[in-house]
Amino acid sequence: MAEAVVGNTSARPALLAHAARIWGDANGVQRAAICVAVLLLIVAAFAPFIAPHEPTAQSLISRLRPPIGFERFKDGYLLGTDELGRDVLSRSLHGLQLTLILAALGATIGLLLGGTLGLVSGIAGGIVDDVVMGAVDAQIAIPFTLIALLTLAIFGSSIEVMVLVLGLYGWEQYARIVRGEVRRLMAMPFIEAARAAGASGGRIAFRHVLPNAVSPLVVQFTLSISNIVLLESTLSFLGMGVQPPTATLGSMVGIGRDYLPTAPWIVIVPAMMILLVTFAVQILGDWLRDRADVRLRDR
Amino acid sequence: MVRHIARTLAKMIITLFVIVTLVFFATRLSGDPINYVVGQGITQEDRELLTRYYGLDASIWEQYVRFLGSFVDGQFGLSFVERRPVADIVAERVWPSLQLLLSGIALTILVAIPLGILAAIHRKSWIGSAVMTVAFIGYAVPNFVLAVFMVLVFAFTLNWLPVVGNSTPWHFIMPTITLSGALIAALTRFTRNAMLDVLSQDFMRTARAKGLSEAVVILKHGFSNASITILSVLGLQIAGLAAAGNVVVEAIFAWPGIGALLVNAAILRDFPVLQFAVLAVAFAVIIVNGVIDIAYAYADPRIRLGRA
Repeated sequence: MAEAVVGNTSARPALLAHAARIWGDANGVQRAAICVAVLLLIVAAFAPFIAPHEPTAQSLISRLRPPIGFERFKDGYLLGTDELGRDVLSRSLHGLQLTLILAALGATIGLLLGGTLGLVSGIAGGIVDDVVMGAVDAQIAIPFTLIALLTLAIFGSSIEVMVLVLGLYGWEQYARIVRGEVRRLMAMPFIEAARAAGASGGRIAFRHVLPNAVSPLVVQFTLSISNIVLLESTLSFLGMGVQPPTATLGSMVGIGRDYLPTAPWIVIVPAMMILLVTFAVQILGDWLRDRADVRLRDR
Repeated sequence: MVRHIARTLAKMIITLFVIVTLVFFATRLSGDPINYVVGQGITQEDRELLTRYYGLDASIWEQYVRFLGSFVDGQFGLSFVERRPVADIVAERVWPSLQLLLSGIALTILVAIPLGILAAIHRKSWIGSAVMTVAFIGYAVPNFVLAVFMVLVFAFTLNWLPVVGNSTPWHFIMPTITLSGALIAALTRFTRNAMLDVLSQDFMRTARAKGLSEAVVILKHGFSNASITILSVLGLQIAGLAAAGNVVVEAIFAWPGIGALLVNAAILRDFPVLQFAVLAVAFAVIIVNGVIDIAYAYADPRIRLGRA
């Protein structure tokens, strides 16, 4: 009992201390990226409460109104309205939410799929390894945009298909990382010791190998969030992603492009939001990678 | 060497075969293609007529064998939308795509390699960090956002540059810059890292000790050694990035190339065109990668002389 209480009380300060240490290591840009990322997450999570309007509510009398500070600005539409009189700010907030949900789902599916294949391939070896690595090579050889376009054309552009496509993106990176780590770790004495002690293959995989491969996976996961946001917004921009009236940031830029000469705010607001997301995530990903890789420290 | 080439070729052919098979069966999962040709409201006789016209009355295995045969006789079927052979439609778009790709890659090499070398030499000063910051921005800005902002500034506000098509040299400026953005960022980072690896080698100190000028040391001894590594990446990463980037850039600027065709075919569900265009691009990327792989092996005496 006494031990459990001690464990409980020291866990939180340890976590806080860890967070404080990370914050202390960060430079100005990285701290700004952390703040932006946290802010974006909060805004996205509470989008329905923050947004002043329904994202799909149209208003024909207040079409194409500019943001605050310009002529013809209409009260209540802080960042202007689009061609159907929908509030650009509300649509951007909901778009951000959907974009981030899609990215998180996609990155998680990619991690599970690629990680499992890499683990199986690394532990099993032989023909299984050849087949999985052959698939990895084939995947690397074909630009993923092509696969995504083809899949969306075949199965239609629904949110479910989009999640599938984003989940497939980058699986080969995880598979390669996990397989490499597995093969490195399998040669280590502590695995041999575990095997000699009678541990099963599953126990070796999950108890001894996987926990040691976490660090490169975290880095890859962060970087892949940024890549998936890029892919999702590109596909939506091209009109192949989530279909109207539901908006993601990419589709807002894609559709708003037709109004660029007369109403540029329809494009600028979601475009700036995409930039915030990719910059913050990319800075954090690069930073995590540099921390994890000793060789890069001095560079 | 011969064994290495044979292995590379065999791997290429297997990959191509797998891709062809996957693409063929995947496109058959979309239901009756006739629905995409004319929609629902036609008589049964017309439907059967069209099914025969597009060769869809045969069993799926017959269609597959015929599809494989089309790589021999060059008959890849008709577009659902334009009712013309897909090979013709794609063929007339190869040159514009190639033009854009080549100008994009040329700009990338001209900008990224000097920048990368500069960043490596001035690693610790503000020049190095300025270059790496620019490279980072190029990497994090999606190409369509870059394109939209450029269009807003240079086409609609300043009225300097045209937006649609490829008729004059002026039309090349924005698409080329858009395509190069991410490529420059990737290649700059890579050149810098490859140069840093070389700069710390002993033979660099020897070259300086011999009294060679700094320019000769950096370019002749440094860069020529780094260039092998850079070349390999130029092929493997840049080929894929450029092919994907081309799709987006062409769609944005209505460039009459394969990328814009691909996006249009995907939106219109024109499967014969989509299928052929995807295969054409995939083939191009895989063949370029294969050629670079062999060239790389030839440049490496350990593989050329058969010791690895």
